[in-house]
Amino acid sequence: MADAALNTGRPLLRVDGPLKVTGGAKYAAEYDAPDLVHGVIVPSSIARGRIVSVDTRAAQAFPGVLKIFTHENRPWGAHFSVFFKDPMGPPGKPFRPLLDGQVHFSGQPVALIVAESFEAARDAAALVRVSYHTEAHKTDLEKEAVHAYTPPRTRLGVPPTPKPTGDADRAFASSPVKVEATYRASPENHHPMELFASTVVWGADKTITVYDKTQSPKSVQIYLKAAFLLFGRRVRVVSPYVGGAFGLGLRPQQSVFLAMLAAKALKRSVRVVIPRDQMYTLGYRANAIQTVSLGADEDGHLHALKQEAIAATSQYEDAQDPMLFFSGLLYGCENVKLAYKLAKLDTISPCDMRAPGAATGMFALESAMDELAYATGRDPLDLRLENYIDYDQMEHRKMSSKALRDCYTQGADKFGWSARTAAPRSMRDGRDLIGWGMATGIWDAALSPLPARATVTLTADNRLEVTTSVTDIGTGTYTILSQLAADAMQLPMDRVTTRLGDSSLPYNPTQGGSWTASTAGSAVQAACEKLKDKLLKHSHRTDQASLTSDPSVEFVTLLNVAGKARMEATATITNLPFGKKFTSATHSAVFVEVRIDEELGAIRVTRVVSAIAAGRILNPLTAQSQIRGAAIMAIGKALHEDAASDHNLGRCMAHSFADYHIPSNADVFDLEVIFVKELDTEVSPIGTKGLGEIGSVAVAPAIANAVFHATGYRVRELPITIDRLLPGLPL
Amino acid sequence: MILTQDSTQIEVTIHVNGTPHAVKTDPCVTLLDLLRDHLQLTGSKKGCDHGQCGACTVLLDGKRVNSCLVLAISREGSSVTTIEGLGSIANLHPLQSAFIRHDALQCGYCTPGQICSAIGLMLEGHAKSHDEIREGMSGNLCRCGAYIGIVEAIEDVMESESSREENR
Ligand code: FES
Ligand code: FES
Repeated sequence: MADAALNTGRPLLRVDGPLKVTGGAKYAAEYDAPDLVHGVIVPSSIARGRIVSVDTRAAQAFPGVLKIFTHENRPWGAHFSVFFKDPMGPPGKPFRPLLDGQVHFSGQPVALIVAESFEAARDAAALVRVSYHTEAHKTDLEKEAVHAYTPPRTRLGVPPTPKPTGDADRAFASSPVKVEATYRASPENHHPMELFASTVVWGADKTITVYDKTQSPKSVQIYLKAAFLLFGRRVRVVSPYVGGAFGLGLRPQQSVFLAMLAAKALKRSVRVVIPRDQMYTLGYRANAIQTVSLGADEDGHLHALKQEAIAATSQYEDAQDPMLFFSGLLYGCENVKLAYKLAKLDTISPCDMRAPGAATGMFALESAMDELAYATGRDPLDLRLENYIDYDQMEHRKMSSKALRDCYTQGADKFGWSARTAAPRSMRDGRDLIGWGMATGIWDAALSPLPARATVTLTADNRLEVTTSVTDIGTGTYTILSQLAADAMQLPMDRVTTRLGDSSLPYNPTQGGSWTASTAGSAVQAACEKLKDKLLKHSHRTDQASLTSDPSVEFVTLLNVAGKARMEATATITNLPFGKKFTSATHSAVFVEVRIDEELGAIRVTRVVSAIAAGRILNPLTAQSQIRGAAIMAIGKALHEDAASDHNLGRCMAHSFADYHIPSNADVFDLEVIFVKELDTEVSPIGTKGLGEIGSVAVAPAIANAVFHATGYRVRELPITIDRLLPGLPL
Repeated sequence: MILTQDSTQIEVTIHVNGTPHAVKTDPCVTLLDLLRDHLQLTGSKKGCDHGQCGACTVLLDGKRVNSCLVLAISREGSSVTTIEGLGSIANLHPLQSAFIRHDALQCGYCTPGQICSAIGLMLEGHAKSHDEIREGMSGNLCRCGAYIGIVEAIEDVMESESSREENR
């Protein structure tokens, strides 16, 4: 019989592994349907203006082409009404493909070609001729920053920037040591390996099944029903496997919108796949210009912390993320002033990307802390310990737990930080300059802002099924939910099956914000507790107390006693943000070694130690993969990824992986993950804090700080490409 | 290769995982789309369609190729091994089980290509060191960042293969 915690906390193998390594896991574009037709998008070639005409004659005549949708002939739908709102979107008017002739950004869909084959649709798309009335566009954040404004309405689910404390301007002016600098971060694209895609299967029996790449099948279902007025039909959105998303699947994407539009008009099954070159215009991590001012005494003790950010947004929405939300939480300082502003550009709206906001905000703050360490002659780690606090000074609340100090000490120890020589350019190996840098990371630990449900069902063959509608985008959700349920029901893992990613399963909002493990996990745990109570009640056992504490109980025997073939229970987890007694966060300390070829300027991240405090770890193996993966993506942010625009064209210059480098295998060397012990009974019913973002937050600033240590030259702009580092190299 | 009556379509015979498939197809159809859309072998993935990500890697006559760069009709009579032909859940290829053991995947989208590529790399015979594997596997991108597990899995299989050889 299973022991109470036989499964959770152990490095069990990913339960969806066998299906994925054999090619059996199916993704959105891989479902077939009778008479399936294919849609290909024609993107706009200008960034701002009006469509004068769309000449589709040649495309229409192309063999295999069925129908071409443009703003002139698209069918009416509720989403085209002025009253339509996207409940998941930020304040503003959501972008609706083919709404009218206005062009809001380069790459905007201006036509959808539907053809019998993908090849025909693709080739015909190249034959569409669009003429535009072009207007002057604005895509340069440097120029538009002067028009920056504080967003008048905050975005639902994004914590507002904290109010100032003390008098940071005065405290800064009177501080004996001052560090003030401006930091820039380039836009980035998510680029999950799976292309965004949607297969809409138009059933004869009033059912519509949508295989979609999304982080929230339930939100997509609600959206489609409202947008396309599909109330008389059964719409089911299915996404059991999602080939990564990293935030780009938080909102319904162009692929599902256009596939449904075409399917409804043609009464046929339609698949729309977004090719890689168009994935640059689905959403991006906002580029930002930030100024950080730190005032301290000679010991490095902080007296003033000011951070101002100007982040990009589109013309039609105030996209917002928690860029500065965490800046007042890490270090003791009585005078904190944070200002988060937006500047409008003629681009698509930015879209949350792994550790949205924080990864960019912390790059600036943690770079400035490194500059302060040099200004005061303190070791960067000592400086952080000097300013350590264990409470939330912005909200005057306790932290539900904060084992960051252990991250610092265990991470430093593993890395060998004490062997670091302080002076820049003081460590070298042949023609390699060696740099050691570190930084602190922080991210929210929360339950989903919306309630979540899960159902567990025990059957007479002693099998347990766990169901909830949320996805597993590669995070390990299948595995940890099975582990939690197995432990709760005292079953071995192979008796538990988890089904996810299907809007017909119990409501569970969205996979994002690092809240899925806590939210879905707590719902599963609560459902198991309910089921056990039910079983005990139905079996008329009187010794309930001893039963629930006895690990040798087989609950299936109670099912048999009750004479039932199956029994299920559903639980709902609600997150009440009001009257919270604690602030909860995950923390990290990241230590990095870079080697820089002094003659070529090539930077390699040869060693990373990432020490993480994230409460209870349900599965150290999948958790380690999460943290490693996030660190690797952050190497891209630090050194490679720049979705820069050509401001003459108003268009992202990158169109493929050849001109937008994401880290490859050879970019990754040593990368060690430590989970420090952290017990937290307040943060979530199961003690977890979530791991999706924290692995990425501190990595880019730690790399930037290591580059300074190696070269003595401070690059205040990400990514740190060779051209930006060049002035620091004696060439 | 036979030109069929419908002059745009060409018949081609390709052996996929040991089974010959005679398919009539447009000349512009890639081997990847033939596998995925015509033969419903969706284990081979499309990540870029431009030969830049490796998600579509299959073994073509024993060599790893990006199947999105191969026109199907140009490979009359060839043999293709896809992820579906390597092993099944009940009977995993050693590399497939090593990928699971080392958690060398997250979302799983790049995984079939990684596995086919790794087999190709081992057949090429010059992935002798950790660094050579990292280099030789760099044509297969993984946005989830499962690289460390991927290299460990390959090393694991190579070690057990070489120890098996020694024991012979
Ligand atoms: S799909 Fe073939 S290399 Fe990317
Ligand atoms: S496992 Fe997701 S891209 Fe490699």
